[in-house]
Amino acid sequence: MAQLTYRDAISVGLAQELAHDPNVVFLGEDVAGAGGVFKATPGLLEQFGPKRVRDAPISEQAILGAAMGAAMTGLRPIAEIMFSDFLAVCWDIVANEIAKSRYMTNGQMSFPLVIRTANGAGSRFGAQHSQSVENWAMMIPGIKVVAPSNAEDAIGLLAAAVRDPDPVLFFEHKSIYPMKFDVPDRAGDIVDTLGKAKIVREGSDATIVALALMVPRALEAAEQLAAEGISVEVIDLRSLVPLDTKCILKSVEKTSRLITVEENPRLCGWGAEIASIVADEAFWNLDGPIVRITTPHVPLPSAANLEDATIPSVERIATEIRKAVQT
Amino acid sequence: MTTMPSYEEYGKHTPVFPPPVDETNADLDITPEARLRMYEIQQQVRLFETRAYDLFLKGLVKGTSHLSLGQEAIAAGFGAAMRSDDWTFATYRGHAHTIARGVPLTPIMAELLGRENGLMGGKGGSMHLTSVEHGVMGSYAIIGAHLCVANGAAWTSQFNDTGQVAVAFFGDGTTNIGAFHEAVNFAKVWNLPTVFVCENNLYMEYTPIADVVPVTNPAADRASAYGLESILVDGNDADAVYVAASAALDKARAGGGPSLIEAQTYRHHGHSRADPGSYRPKEEIEAWMQRDPIPMYHQRMLQLGVGEEALTTISQAVAADVQKATEDATDGALPSLDVIYTDVWADGGWAWRN
Repeated sequence: MAQLTYRDAISVGLAQELAHDPNVVFLGEDVAGAGGVFKATPGLLEQFGPKRVRDAPISEQAILGAAMGAAMTGLRPIAEIMFSDFLAVCWDIVANEIAKSRYMTNGQMSFPLVIRTANGAGSRFGAQHSQSVENWAMMIPGIKVVAPSNAEDAIGLLAAAVRDPDPVLFFEHKSIYPMKFDVPDRAGDIVDTLGKAKIVREGSDATIVALALMVPRALEAAEQLAAEGISVEVIDLRSLVPLDTKCILKSVEKTSRLITVEENPRLCGWGAEIASIVADEAFWNLDGPIVRITTPHVPLPSAANLEDATIPSVERIATEIRKAVQT
Repeated sequence: MTTMPSYEEYGKHTPVFPPPVDETNADLDITPEARLRMYEIQQQVRLFETRAYDLFLKGLVKGTSHLSLGQEAIAAGFGAAMRSDDWTFATYRGHAHTIARGVPLTPIMAELLGRENGLMGGKGGSMHLTSVEHGVMGSYAIIGAHLCVANGAAWTSQFNDTGQVAVAFFGDGTTNIGAFHEAVNFAKVWNLPTVFVCENNLYMEYTPIADVVPVTNPAADRASAYGLESILVDGNDADAVYVAASAALDKARAGGGPSLIEAQTYRHHGHSRADPGSYRPKEEIEAWMQRDPIPMYHQRMLQLGVGEEALTTISQAVAADVQKATEDATDGALPSLDVIYTDVWADGGWAWRN
């Protein structure tokens, strides 16, 4: 058993994949010489050389365009977009080009590439460096969307994403980078499976579906509620596309209540899609209304107390679950 | 004090006339085979595009289409100069560049008509022509993006040391979008084998390019900002294009990095099928029609001693091909509705949930 931070896990995962396949290449801003602004990529340049680990200018369209063109001609690129908010400046390449080109060309092209990006709030960076934009990605047909909540998943899902034949947007959470996790020792590479949710705590009174930073918060809320006699099942979704609806529906069948916790602002956050699926397909299993816990529909403020009050907290999650199970 | 154009001045512009034919281009060191190939490509594009326009008027070509009538010499020059394993990245005005790489005309025409036997089975349409087996790595309908994508293919070539070159064609309007500047800069700092080809047809869609760039030559005058040579070429003379293309391709293959070429040309029609192009000064149109690349190249071939009969044989064969493509496309079945759900993912399907 090793103790790893989430940021170290990212660098372990990248090194594992660069070692596993000589066609894997990695590019981004400040990722090679500087080791990444979040220090998630140190040592890769030294280990794998400048041919495979390459610094790029501040040109997000050029970075993702290069990844796309390299993928369609046989490489397996991993591109870093420093903050997920910056996806907005290269969204054409993501949403119009990478996502659609296999379909438009009737399957002539493949895009085995990964876009890694730092997502989420908690760093007091303000509205343009703190967003959770996984819901932007989820609504585009043709890209897979993954967001690990712990170190072991970060390695395993990154490996699965790199080895997947389709483009994957891989959302790392900034506030999880410094957290430490136990990672069991294993012989060989750590490789997980995309599209599988995980029940990270079993319970019988309510199902709470969470992603990324909301997973440890949901677990903490569940722990508090256990002391009050409320038994909460926590699902770490891990992947929005493909979406493990079976896991959710099965859990709701058992608990009869569904609460989603997301950092997305209210409108069209991913929880809305989960709520819609469960309402359609498990309505008669529900004992009460589905509850969505989200960020209010506002840009994120910067000051610590404002940001903390805006994104879902352990207290807010616990309060909402309490209310839900009492209705 | 700043001044704004008056209402009367707005939208009017000075006609831009073509450069004179450089008769010495007949003396350029180009093999007879390459010249015949350029002659053939130009005939193919001219006849194909003319037919595509007719089929649009008959209501058979749906959606939009952007024709290369008048701009054939650029596709021909590059088509003849490129190696078979080089990569083409085209825009929505991509029929010519697809044809120039040797893609058969039937699947191209059938794609325009939205038929099952189309190049992409009817799933892409006129603006997205792609034939990976011919090195046509896509036609891209959003200005600028594909310059960045071409760099990625060039990166693969550099990585594997194969000598392949990625060639990205685009219009003058593209030189005003960020992706153009990102891509050219990126290619230079990574020393990639990418050739950027600006087809300056004088109009960004409906607006004269002179109204929206602060320099005379939208691509060539910006090359120096990226440490590149300023290259201007007569885009209506296939020989001139061929020589510039060969030099840039050779340089890229030898590890000399990217080139940015501006080819001066003119659209014979409007921007797309919706546009009659009536904003263009009459005298400008007349002057450029006098510089039509097709009859000019015909004359060149005669001047070089190729017989009228040999040229007629080529153009008749092309006409027959276009006719056959039209019939095969018109006879093509409509795509099965099943294909709506294919090829979102590499497993061939579209599933987003279990």
